[in-house]
Amino acid sequence: MSLLSNTGALLGKELRTEFRSRELLTTTIVFILIVIVLFSFTFDPTSDESRRFAPGLLWLAFLFASSLMLQPCFLREQHNDTLSALRLSVSDPFAIFLAKLAANTLFLLLTELLLLPLFAVMYNVPVVPVLHWLVLVFFLASFGISIAGTSLSAISAQARMRELLLPLLMLPLLTPILVASTEVTKSLFDRAPFVQWKGIGFLAVFDVVFLTALWLFGEYLLEE
Amino acid sequence: MWKRAMTGAIVLFLVGAAAYASFFIAPEEKTMHVLQRIFYFHAAAAWAGMTAFSVCFVANLLYVWRRSEKWDSLGVSSAEVGLAFITVVLITGPIWAKPAWGIYWTWDARLTSTFVLWLLYISYLLLRTLIEEPDRRALLSALFGIFSFIDVPIVFGAIRWWRTQHPAPVIMGGPGSGLEPTMRKVFFFSVLALHALMVFLIAERYRLEKLRTDVEVLRREAEAI
Amino acid sequence: MTPPAFSLVGLRFENIDKRYGGLLALRAVSLTIQPGECVVLAGRNGSGKTTLLRIAARLARPSRGTMSFSGQFSGEEAAAIRPGFVAHATMVYDELTAEENLLLFSRLQNVPQPGNRVEALLHEVGLSDRRSSLVRTFSRGMRQRVAIARALLHEPSVLLLDEPATGLDPQGVSWLAEAIRRLRDSGRTILMSLHGESEISSLGTRAIRLDAGSVAADTRTGATFRSILTFADA
Repeated sequence: MSLLSNTGALLGKELRTEFRSRELLTTTIVFILIVIVLFSFTFDPTSDESRRFAPGLLWLAFLFASSLMLQPCFLREQHNDTLSALRLSVSDPFAIFLAKLAANTLFLLLTELLLLPLFAVMYNVPVVPVLHWLVLVFFLASFGISIAGTSLSAISAQARMRELLLPLLMLPLLTPILVASTEVTKSLFDRAPFVQWKGIGFLAVFDVVFLTALWLFGEYLLEE
Repeated sequence: MWKRAMTGAIVLFLVGAAAYASFFIAPEEKTMHVLQRIFYFHAAAAWAGMTAFSVCFVANLLYVWRRSEKWDSLGVSSAEVGLAFITVVLITGPIWAKPAWGIYWTWDARLTSTFVLWLLYISYLLLRTLIEEPDRRALLSALFGIFSFIDVPIVFGAIRWWRTQHPAPVIMGGPGSGLEPTMRKVFFFSVLALHALMVFLIAERYRLEKLRTDVEVLRREAEAI
Repeated sequence: MTPPAFSLVGLRFENIDKRYGGLLALRAVSLTIQPGECVVLAGRNGSGKTTLLRIAARLARPSRGTMSFSGQFSGEEAAAIRPGFVAHATMVYDELTAEENLLLFSRLQNVPQPGNRVEALLHEVGLSDRRSSLVRTFSRGMRQRVAIARALLHEPSVLLLDEPATGLDPQGVSWLAEAIRRLRDSGRTILMSLHGESEISSLGTRAIRLDAGSVAADTRTGATFRSILTFADA
């Protein structure tokens, strides 16, 4: 019970600080915009080409963006050693992770949904008929990215070269997410769209496995 | 000292014998001829590498649980040795693939997942160089090692599901697969030899790591005085 | 006399080592602090005061030995003991207002009626009129007041103060001394690291000097007490 109320209070804090400055959201959105434009120069975005390349491109852009966005997650807590204050106050350190990964999932999802219409127009892929499926894939993938990314940002925040280190730790670990979400998105962008349940199940399994790992080992990540 | 030299000699002999067996005792394969002989080395190195990473995983878990320096030393030793073996796999793979498939590299399931595995453990070693404080380095890298090892079957599953070209597993690959009896014997002998080599290398690397941490402690204490 | 609304808690350090790499920050420290004692920790920079306080707060784990709370409570209750901690860093969020910070930490610690408690504390530390300003806009002294308020939110039985007067003006120091006196007289156990003699150090009932990670002196009597404080200053 106190896990939930602690998580709720902390999530409120995360959202309040972010929406006060909107630093993370704006920079991430601009970053993805730049990547989407730059990618268009690497192949000719006609509709057939787009069907083949666009899903992978989309997920690569999201993945890179998230490796930047998750950077300050624990770094911010070091500034005034608020991390220690949190550790002293919560009854279960898992609450700290839960709140952060809920916030990060939300931020990622928000960015993705804001950019989706733009992406659909620029790469002319039809998103409207499959929108609800896309939202499901976005959610499962963003949740997975946030779980792994939040745990790893707790590691990278304590190392040197942390800005470079987080992507190095995070990207190989997230290969399964990249592969699965790209494949599912590809089948949704198909001329005859279909839902790859296999892929959706796969994303769900990844989320469950890593959430369990975080639950088991999370408190050690914050140790001093 | 003598004991170590003897063990080294025995391991060397085993590896030599395995090489001899794969070239001169194993029968020639029908379609791929001499080329197939690399398989004894390639697949056995892959098995030994995976065993080394499993050792690393267990050492990581034990470190988190027990916080004893020796588990950290074992973790880094087995990760490095495992990485060396997987590097051999990644090099011998293309040597075989070029004549067999006509290309050096293909993004097939086992190749790609082995490559991702390799990258994960490179990151593990890299992480270790970037944390100064030994206890923190040991703990955080152990946790990353645990996450990586959990990730391996998932990476493998993902890539296998969506793209594959590698020959179907011949060992324990279900009905229809299987090796000719002599080939089988030679293969398992190679597996044994390379495991012996792996254990020997880990033991030596472990010794080195122990010395290194001792030196580090002495140096810091000298600095403190 | 009304009984205290908190449990009487002592601290027991048993043979504690804390190693940072090859460096021993604490060497075989054994200390027993009785409930209700007000202990002044003295010693040079790097003598291990902060490390000892962080171990007492259970933020850092000793490399060897154990730290435990002693008193009349079960192991489960002991695990729930949360010392109030004032550290070098303010441990509050710059991007939140004073009030938001205190409300957040009272919710996390299940403080009953958080609104009233925060209101009362803001008044006590003299920040009522700046409650809705971001901590970022505060002076060093005001931040320290927020930090102290945060540590006191849940009315802790144990207080760990790491140079709590840092950044406070003389008026602030007097206020802090008065606050610590009240806490001490209410029976709370206090462990604080200080530099030199001050209004605050005179509140101590016991002085301990750390030198290179070991206990070099430990006394409850007046004359030696003073010498411990001044030695550290030299």
